[in-house]
Amino acid sequence: MTMEHRKMIDDRKIKTAEMANIDLTELPNVTVGDISVENPRMTARQVQVNYGDKVAIQDVSLDIGSCEVISFIGPSGCGKSTFLRCLNRMNDTIKSCRVSGDIRLNGDDIYAPDVDVVPLRARVGMVFQKPNPFPKSIFDNVAYGPKIHGLADNTGHLKQIVQEALERAGLWSEVHNRLDDPGTGLSGGQQQRLCIARAIAVSPEIILMDEPCSALDPIATARIEQLIHELSSEYSIVIVTHSLQQAARVSKRTAYFHLGRLIEVGLTDKLFIKPQHEMTNNYITGRFG
Amino acid sequence: MNDTAKGLVSPKIATERVAASMAKRKKRERNFQRLGRSAIAVALAFLIVLFVSIFAKGIPGFFQYYVEIGVEIDREKLDPTGDLTLQSLYAGDARGVIRSSLYAELDVEGRSDKRAAGKLISQGAEQRLRKLVYDDPSLMGTKQTLRFALDDDVDSFLRGFIKRETPEKDRRINDKMIDYIDRLQAEGKIVYAFSDYLIFGSASRNPEMAGIYGAFIGSILTLTVCLLIAFPIGVATAIYLEEIAPKNRITEIIEININNLAAVPSVVFGILGLAVFIGIFGMPRSIPLIGGVVLALMTLPTIIISSRAAIRAVPPSVREAALGVGASQMQTIFHHVIPLAMPGMLTGTIIGMAQALGETAPLLMIGMVAFIVDVPGSVTDPGTVLPVQIFMWADFAERMFVQKTSAAIIILLAFLITMNAAAIIIRKKLERRW
Repeated sequence: MTMEHRKMIDDRKIKTAEMANIDLTELPNVTVGDISVENPRMTARQVQVNYGDKVAIQDVSLDIGSCEVISFIGPSGCGKSTFLRCLNRMNDTIKSCRVSGDIRLNGDDIYAPDVDVVPLRARVGMVFQKPNPFPKSIFDNVAYGPKIHGLADNTGHLKQIVQEALERAGLWSEVHNRLDDPGTGLSGGQQQRLCIARAIAVSPEIILMDEPCSALDPIATARIEQLIHELSSEYSIVIVTHSLQQAARVSKRTAYFHLGRLIEVGLTDKLFIKPQHEMTNNYITGRFG
Repeated sequence: MNDTAKGLVSPKIATERVAASMAKRKKRERNFQRLGRSAIAVALAFLIVLFVSIFAKGIPGFFQYYVEIGVEIDREKLDPTGDLTLQSLYAGDARGVIRSSLYAELDVEGRSDKRAAGKLISQGAEQRLRKLVYDDPSLMGTKQTLRFALDDDVDSFLRGFIKRETPEKDRRINDKMIDYIDRLQAEGKIVYAFSDYLIFGSASRNPEMAGIYGAFIGSILTLTVCLLIAFPIGVATAIYLEEIAPKNRITEIIEININNLAAVPSVVFGILGLAVFIGIFGMPRSIPLIGGVVLALMTLPTIIISSRAAIRAVPPSVREAALGVGASQMQTIFHHVIPLAMPGMLTGTIIGMAQALGETAPLLMIGMVAFIVDVPGSVTDPGTVLPVQIFMWADFAERMFVQKTSAAIIILLAFLITMNAAAIIIRKKLERRW
């Protein structure tokens, strides 16, 4: 990542915190709802993220269970993406960003000094807001992860991995006869599914999705949502979304963030029908955000 | 509503005023377009004048006048020891063989006549005869019609640069020579043909024998050294500064200095080369190795700046995608950033190489302006380069060097265009891989 780009992101984040123009310490320190689950795959406790002097998120504690879909909702700049990017240490690429607290994947502290981010990111895959396939062929896009991590024993095995990943991403039937075509030549929805296939190909335990449908039309969105549903039998999926309907449709649990705090978390059905916290209520009924 | 009313105007008045302002706007647009067209016309006119003048002077430079005479290839005279070695051939009297054939052709007797006739043919003729029999000894003892270059003064006379009307003592060829030339021409023995000396000859004080071959090879060797040094160092520097180096005061100072280096006059790099490589390290002068290193120093800033721009243009989403699947920083750079930035890096390299190809000043400083007849066989043999050769020829007094200079300029341009075309083709190939 270029320095200009890094700086741009830093500035943007700092500006967002400034815009909020609120002393985070004034907010209630307690998250409403049950943050923990049985057999968590990932646990985060008292996570705080600073961009320079600005506090982006504070005191966020949350468990992510095995094979569950959890969605993060909240107004822009509330820190949900920031928290998501803490989970595979993508925030490391932002220079001024400091993360404190305790985040564990299967009990191992991922911010321990001896942890290498490369294997971590292989276990916690990521799908970005804008579909970003590599400017390479469809095959190479999916094969790239397995190749660099040495997952395939030979070329035949690699082909199998690619096929299976594309099948699970629901893209195989559409691209199996043009695997050598550029990945960037696909439609937006297909590109995003290609990115999901790319994440699946390295067999992660958790897939993080940062507003994966915000650049897609409703039909492609429906396709992705169906895919998330199918994938949830094998992977834990964390999805950041601005669409409350989407959160309601795809996720088992929902977490509501506001101004850098995790306000409320709970089963999606309950949270949407009977929110415990007033702010959550205001947000989902459209009074602010 | 009166005229002095402030604030928004009514839609009706607005419509009228917009209509009224249209004519003025359109006129401005037309004037601007006219200005642009005339600017392009002026630029094109200059370009045409440039090309017409270079080609008008240079095309004749690709041809020269030859004389065809029947030569008795006498083994005893050419090859006194009889073993066909170069030593023996050089000991032999090739000049005598050619001259006696010419005397026979023109029927000349007497010393002054012979001297006049002898001056017609280039000094390169004997060398050509030696080479001919060395390559094909079976010609010995036969009579062959051979083609020899005419002396440059004769060539200039035939082209009309030396006028017949000029009084004899003021021109470089005398009446007797003109008489011989007329006779040879009447017999159809003087031919105007493509000049092989220009392409395959090396530096020479005899204009009719001078060619660009040595300088051409020198240019290729120098540019190869330059490319091999400047491209890897330039690209590596750009990647380090752009992707890896922390942004602090030191990297900032380095950046500023690289940008400044791009504006340093090239002759300064020549002085640096002279002081460091020749002065301190005591390396020999005039060698393409040092020329290449000096030109590499000169082209480095260009390559670094354009490579950094190319790297910066790689979308951040690609880097995120690579990091997201668990690629390390090095893998992200080498698998994704460099392939995408490569066309831009190559563009910078092409521009740098084109600069290096046309550069004269720094090479003068390190002695590549020396008069070197031998073609350099390696980067450590003394040599010169095309633009320096052109510079030297432009300095010589003989009339024939004017055409040779223009011809060499055309060859330099052709070299440049070929090099750029090749680079563009390579770039397009890389781009097609998305």
